[in-house]
Amino acid sequence: MDRKLVKRRSDTTWLVERTGKMHVDGVIFGSEQLINDMDDMVVRQVQNVAGLPGIVEGSFAMPDAHWGYGFCIGGVAAFDPDAGGVVSAGGVGFDISCGVRTMHTRLKEDAFLPLRERLADALFRKIPAGVGSTGRVKLSMSRLDGVLSGGAMWAVENGFGDKDDLRFIETGGCADGADPSQVSEQAKKRQLEEMGTLGSGNHYLEIQKVVQVYDQEAAAAFGIEEGDIKISIHCGSRGLGHQIGTDFLKKMTVTAKMYAIELAERELACAPLNSPVGQSYLGAMRAGINCALANRQMLMHLVREVFEEIAPHGTIRLLYDVSHNTCQREQHTVGGKQKWVFVHRKGATRAWEPGRAELPAEYRKAGQPVLIGGTMGTASYILAGTAQSERLAFGSACHGAGRNMSRHAATQKWNGKEVVERLAHQGILIRSRSMRGIAEEAPGAYKDVSEVVEATHQAGLAKKVAKLVPLACVKG
Amino acid sequence: MWEHFHHQADIGIRGVGDTLQKAFEEGAAALTAVICSPDKVQPKKAVQIHCEAEEKDLLFSDWINALIYEMDVRKMLFCRFDVHIQNHQLFATAWGETTNPDKHELAVEVKAATFMELKVFLNPQQQWVAQCVVDV
Repeated sequence: MDRKLVKRRSDTTWLVERTGKMHVDGVIFGSEQLINDMDDMVVRQVQNVAGLPGIVEGSFAMPDAHWGYGFCIGGVAAFDPDAGGVVSAGGVGFDISCGVRTMHTRLKEDAFLPLRERLADALFRKIPAGVGSTGRVKLSMSRLDGVLSGGAMWAVENGFGDKDDLRFIETGGCADGADPSQVSEQAKKRQLEEMGTLGSGNHYLEIQKVVQVYDQEAAAAFGIEEGDIKISIHCGSRGLGHQIGTDFLKKMTVTAKMYAIELAERELACAPLNSPVGQSYLGAMRAGINCALANRQMLMHLVREVFEEIAPHGTIRLLYDVSHNTCQREQHTVGGKQKWVFVHRKGATRAWEPGRAELPAEYRKAGQPVLIGGTMGTASYILAGTAQSERLAFGSACHGAGRNMSRHAATQKWNGKEVVERLAHQGILIRSRSMRGIAEEAPGAYKDVSEVVEATHQAGLAKKVAKLVPLACVKG
Repeated sequence: MWEHFHHQADIGIRGVGDTLQKAFEEGAAALTAVICSPDKVQPKKAVQIHCEAEEKDLLFSDWINALIYEMDVRKMLFCRFDVHIQNHQLFATAWGETTNPDKHELAVEVKAATFMELKVFLNPQQQWVAQCVVDV
């Protein structure tokens, strides 16, 4: 990045000064190294978002920020509906409610290792993954509406999991205000056979080992000890969410013009929160969130089935499920007063501070678990929201590593089979039908997740609780 | 001809042809190539597609999104395209076959066409170019 574009405020806070059409300052969080490596486009996109109507406090970018569509990936921005604030489909992204779910297994490494191959193979057989895969459940349009209204609650009511799982899902497993009638028939048709599927690209299911605990107290609250075997799923709202994004991006370009909202780039298309299109999108987007929550709940159920068969001494319990592509109505301090605003997190994770009533009682003292996915060869992290999270960026943290190389460049550099062999040598089993997909997702194609997490921790956005490394990975 | 162009997280698709129609057809081949090698797909089944948009670039975006939709709901991949454009309307036939992971060496599914780098224009060689970045 051209360092003239930002002013250093602290070791990990960089100011993008309010100029021109910006209504608020921009703030980018990151270490000097991450800032140096960041694309100038991140600054441009932070500035563009700062110019949208009704934005409050600031236009933020997390340490894993990179060039996105309209909003940068890693972008956080809140809008006040009473001040002409907007909602943007691009500010949520096409994969609505893409997120991470981490589960306990009650297994330690010594009990897991003899079962590793069998578990990896069984999960690979059980979890539908990759292009064109379909789920076990085929839904009718009317049954799908139940999914879109109920989220993970629908899944539990239909036999996919336990009621207690819901306590450990952001928003209790169901987004309020979902309106399936605002979701197009096309979007619904894309989902009829895709419930309980993982997807492809950077989506995965991983068996992980906890290798380091940084914060004993928070780790104890979350049920994490060194040597624990955990399972994490990274995926989203599948075809339904993608189509909602497509439908509303187009609608919002028309709406923005209607309301004379000047857009620096077309992907910033948005609609006033208090407009028919804005309300319609919120209803559809929340239905998309519910689709993703139900999807991850159904995938967890498949993991339980595999464990019951192969590792009956293990028990799958939910640690937490949190999304990183959403727009949520939340109460925050704006201009010194409490206000309901709509917070867009595009590739950013909510990180509630300790004490929030929304957190499960067990976690209330520690803060909300923040689940950060890495690559299949590096590490993932569990963090917790801090007392200052809310003040810094509406209670938000990073979401992952972020690519530093295009897919094409990755396939030129690595061969999928060799990547699998190299990782096997490191003790990581990869199960995938697509060797090209593996090459595109090679660990070297991503930024250093540890640097991103360290910067997040240093900035106070969230604090480090534990580090996990992959032992087996199912990819689409 | 078609090609992919660089985008950090995703992929740019570009079709180039002597006519607007040809550029759209090549752009569609570039889309398939994000997912798998187009020459591994056989034209066994035809699907009709219709889109309408005032501007050429939005018509291209709609065309790519229509293909993504058809691929997703039919679990198909497409390899041959016949596009006709008249008065802001696109009528097309796309030929392909059912997705088969063992045969097609599938890399990644495409979520949507974005507005990023979305352009339809005549290049200095007087060829039509149709392009955009797709989200994967």
